[in-house]
Amino acid sequence: MRKLPHKDVVIIGLGWTGSIMAHGLADAGLDVIAIERGPWRDTATDYPPSYAPDEYRYRIQHELFLRPAQTTFTFRNTMKQDALPIRSWGAFMPPNGVGGGGVHWNAEMWRFAPTDFVIKTHLTERYGEKFLPEDMTIQDWGVTYDEIEPYYDKFEYLCGTSGTAGNIKGQIMPGGNPFEGPRSRAYPTPAQKQPYNATLFAKAATDLGYKPFPQPSGNMSQAYTNPLGVEMGPCTFCGYCEWFGCGNYSKSSPQTTILPVLVRQQNFTARDNCEVTRILLDASGKRATGVVFVDTSGEEWEQPADMVLLCAYTIFNVQLLMLSGVGKIYDPVADEGTIGRNFTHQTVGTATGFFDPKKFIFNPFIASGAIGMCIDEFNSDNFDHGPLGFVGGGYMGQVQTNGRPIETTPVPPGTPTWGAKWKQAVKENYQSTVYSGSGVHGSFYSYRDVYLDLDPVYKDRLGRPLLRITMDLHDNELKMSAYLTDKYAEIIKAMGAQMVVKKPRTGPYDVAEYQTTHLCGGAIMGTDPKTSAVNRYLQSWDVPNLFVLGASSFPQNHGYNPTGTLAALAYWSLEAIKTQYLKNPGPLVHA
Amino acid sequence: MRKLFGGLSIVLLIGATTIAGALYATQPTMPHGAMAQMHVSEQSFSQVERGRYLTTVGDCAACHTDTQGGAPFGGGRAIETPFGLVLAPNITPDRETGIGGWSDAEFANALQHGVSKDGHMLYPAMPYVYYTKAHRSDINAIRAYLSTVTPVHNKVVANQLPFPFNIRLAMRAWNALYFRAGGFQQDTAQNADWNRGAYLVQSLEHCGACHTPKSVLGGDKTSEAFQGYAIQGWFAPNITGDMRRGIGTWSVDDIVVYLQTGHNKQAAASGPMAEEVDQSSSRMPVDDLRAMAVYLKSIPGQDDSVKPLDASDPMMQAGRAIYDDSCAACHKTNGAGIAGLFPTLRAAPAVQSREATSLMRVVLDGAKSAATDKAPTGAAMPSYAWQLDDAQVAAVLTYIRNAWGNQAPAVSASEVASMRANLMTQPN
Amino acid sequence: MRNLHRRELLATSAFILFGSTFARAGIIQGSLPWAPGAGAPPIRVLPGPWHFFTPAEGRAVEALVDRMIPPDPETPGGRDAGCAVFIDRQLAGPYGRSEGLYVSGPFRTGTKQQGAQSPLTPAMQYRKALAEIDAYCKATYGGRTFADVEDSEKDKIIGALETGELKLSGVDPKVFFTTLLKNTREGFFGDPIYGGNRDMVAWKMIGFPGARYDYSDWIDRHNERYPHPPIGITGAPSWSPR
Repeated sequence: MRKLPHKDVVIIGLGWTGSIMAHGLADAGLDVIAIERGPWRDTATDYPPSYAPDEYRYRIQHELFLRPAQTTFTFRNTMKQDALPIRSWGAFMPPNGVGGGGVHWNAEMWRFAPTDFVIKTHLTERYGEKFLPEDMTIQDWGVTYDEIEPYYDKFEYLCGTSGTAGNIKGQIMPGGNPFEGPRSRAYPTPAQKQPYNATLFAKAATDLGYKPFPQPSGNMSQAYTNPLGVEMGPCTFCGYCEWFGCGNYSKSSPQTTILPVLVRQQNFTARDNCEVTRILLDASGKRATGVVFVDTSGEEWEQPADMVLLCAYTIFNVQLLMLSGVGKIYDPVADEGTIGRNFTHQTVGTATGFFDPKKFIFNPFIASGAIGMCIDEFNSDNFDHGPLGFVGGGYMGQVQTNGRPIETTPVPPGTPTWGAKWKQAVKENYQSTVYSGSGVHGSFYSYRDVYLDLDPVYKDRLGRPLLRITMDLHDNELKMSAYLTDKYAEIIKAMGAQMVVKKPRTGPYDVAEYQTTHLCGGAIMGTDPKTSAVNRYLQSWDVPNLFVLGASSFPQNHGYNPTGTLAALAYWSLEAIKTQYLKNPGPLVHA
Repeated sequence: MRKLFGGLSIVLLIGATTIAGALYATQPTMPHGAMAQMHVSEQSFSQVERGRYLTTVGDCAACHTDTQGGAPFGGGRAIETPFGLVLAPNITPDRETGIGGWSDAEFANALQHGVSKDGHMLYPAMPYVYYTKAHRSDINAIRAYLSTVTPVHNKVVANQLPFPFNIRLAMRAWNALYFRAGGFQQDTAQNADWNRGAYLVQSLEHCGACHTPKSVLGGDKTSEAFQGYAIQGWFAPNITGDMRRGIGTWSVDDIVVYLQTGHNKQAAASGPMAEEVDQSSSRMPVDDLRAMAVYLKSIPGQDDSVKPLDASDPMMQAGRAIYDDSCAACHKTNGAGIAGLFPTLRAAPAVQSREATSLMRVVLDGAKSAATDKAPTGAAMPSYAWQLDDAQVAAVLTYIRNAWGNQAPAVSASEVASMRANLMTQPN
Repeated sequence: MRNLHRRELLATSAFILFGSTFARAGIIQGSLPWAPGAGAPPIRVLPGPWHFFTPAEGRAVEALVDRMIPPDPETPGGRDAGCAVFIDRQLAGPYGRSEGLYVSGPFRTGTKQQGAQSPLTPAMQYRKALAEIDAYCKATYGGRTFADVEDSEKDKIIGALETGELKLSGVDPKVFFTTLLKNTREGFFGDPIYGGNRDMVAWKMIGFPGARYDYSDWIDRHNERYPHPPIGITGAPSWSPR
């Protein structure tokens, strides 16, 4: 193993959080290196408009994602089963390469609700402790909405977010989401224009007494120059957004918001195609001394550093903590240990509406990744859960991101899967169906038996144990999904659909069926080192010069897309590092 | 790779000398330490600072620093000429391999007369035909600054050229035709800004090296100064006040912003100009940029308008189809582009340039626009070489050169074919 | 590294596309990596002989895809749309070899929720299943292969694959049916550059405009049929001067 010159900071993974932290710390004068497992990617060289619109390559063959051959996970529904490897991706899509998930996300730009951050306290106060299922392990975050509001704002302005504010400093604004937490100012750019299906949804929702608002979007409604001076163009509604890179600089990503400035910083270096295999600890086990990574020739390198920032995708964060011996791996039977606990996903349901082909032409291919009209009446604790017997919720909306025909050629139930009748049904319904992949975007609360640990059988290409996922959907989430999907279907019906096909999430959790890539938890934040891996500043309780960024810190997952929150937490953590940690390196919270 | 000098025919007549061969110091006169000390002690701080600035204006580092990790001014960068490569010499104060052993007069003689310390005639890739107009005090300041940079021991064997291209004698004949020694003359009819701009443009900035058309021998056609010239696979566009092909429609502020950031609301610098902005003009103060803009806009253009192609022309029709389907997602259906990000094609001088060299190159190879502190985005145009055949590239370029009120000669498939062949064989 | 060489960029993309060879590790500092001509454009499938199928397999697959997506008076069927060519080229490439997937053992049977666990690559699946189907047809239909039986008989066989009633030795009929159906649809609706969706017939059938990238002028034109014909990654006939 060859040893490289010492750096102040080593960052593992150059996606959203890695880019935010690298830019902030290099700006503060530190010598920063980021090590990224995948390749460098950029607009004109990797996904130009000339060949980006290729459904087969990007959507079906997963071009931009990690190859399972490089590393994968094993999966089982329950602790009694043997876990088996995920041989090709299904339920979620692990990102790979510079920009991470920020390259191929939809750019749905949400904030969590103020009550989400204190969910345990809030639900207990309102409904009583007994209302919560016994094995549910939800926790307060240790940070409040008000504390991270400035950082939500910062990320939204970095990204040029298009949207209509619903609550500015406590004042409810027309056309926005009246349930959102107070924001300090309006979105940087107005909401995107809406396609036909979304405007019909908004009208139907209004008629039913709801308050629809445009999905906040990282797809630009107009050209934008962010506070770093980086410029973005207007979205052209190509319909090749999520799963794809954006060819015309109109979707916010590290590439279109930070990297052009980051690479100009003299004290920043990136290495691509290098995989960090472990975080090095000193003899005490209380201090990280750097990382070991392997390059593409198979050679191992040691990168010594004063600080280590773990900025990979949720489960890779957890995996690297386990393989490096940071903290104690969670044991659900003894209910001890912190690494791997409170692992969650997203409970997504939807309803498909079939309309009269003679009256409706939706042009479903005219779309952006985060387009559509939503309602928030059934999210968080915006509605009375008392009579319903479940907790949690989600936003719902007509958020149809594409009409790409391999994926999006829905046919009514009862249609054969092949043959002349199938062909005829595809032809008849293509233009007149609304089909929102994640119409009902439900929360996924945490449970004692949904967790991560190391697999005893399967190994990756380097001989390291694969991470094992034990996960199933609990009754609470299934009830929630059924209730919300009913409500959603009512709106689709009111849009004028001839037939509505409901698809609430049903168990058991299926790792072969795409849901979202919103895996959360496993290295959660909190106030108690016994039940959380990192403190409220995302600093490891066990190794204070290690910070673990990203959605791995979410104690449970709520009814919104996670990126806005994980980016806000990155800025929050960055601020704490700059103003507190660097002056006095050591634990920022004494438990 | 830095490409500064075009015109194949010059080779046949005069051959080539090498810059480094000419500048290489052969007669050390004084120990290195003493020399360096003398320069530092003799020069005032302000002169060194001015020299640092003027070295930036002259963009000396661009040629004299090896881009593959070379020390500043340490030489070794390959300069592409039509007959091969020459390597730019080491101009650090290293006594043995740099110019530490040169007197100020020898230095000035090289910069302003193209004659090296040992009497070799310099090859005009070294822009002495422009530097000759610089004030001697400016040349001395540059020398003063260069004496303070870290000496680098880097022997550059500049002459990589085979016989007969290494014949230097012919430079005398060339100089007789194209070199007019002598300083810049003020024009008292013009204001101070104009004169300052004219001085910078004509001397140290050496804009004409790329932007002025050349004779068959590679000398400047002074009657067509700054009207644009195709040089090594790029077309350095018309930078006169011409309203169609030049920058007459740009305001002084537009020009200043362009030189400062590499972008303005109409255009983006790429290729060699992006490098110039990065290394030189983005580091210059607004007053000097403004002066240059005032001067450039005052240069009259030449009316050589072409009748636009009719929209019904088959080339125009195919070109429009390609444009609407492939280009409009960034440059917009009406050619307006997006300010600061995607260049405007409508009424754009670079699009209507006499020759479509840069346009063909950019469509085939793609291009990265300038990235500067003030405009860091550096958006890039993707390569279309794999997607569009020669006739299609010709069609789409013909379309943008004649749509929206643009007027410029059509581009032929054979021109595209030869550009494609050149790009394939050219090193990156 | 100021300039990333074209070769390296291509190597990077090769990994992304084919998953087998690693891109070279690099160091990025100072400016965004870029090189003239950089990119990883798709490679066009050219017509010609089968790359993977034997002639008999090719006939069987053409017959299968033409029943899965039968021709009608307006739109060609799977065969004329090129679905078999698409599948052939995919099976001959990384997809056919399960390149990039996790293929380490042990292989165990799991629940449906644990996803596919077969050690068979798609290429092996097709090879086995097609031989089995033809053998079944020869035994049942008087020596005729699948391609030679009546359409109604073909439909019966495909239906029996779908339900799993037609047992095949060495390959699960339902798994094969699912793979075949998925690949057939991919060929039919994918970009013509991959050999299927010839002349963009499938896109024309449903009114999908293909690889277009700009609907700025259409986002607020509601309930109005988009009028322009589809384009593929390699363009459209209108792109060539006539």
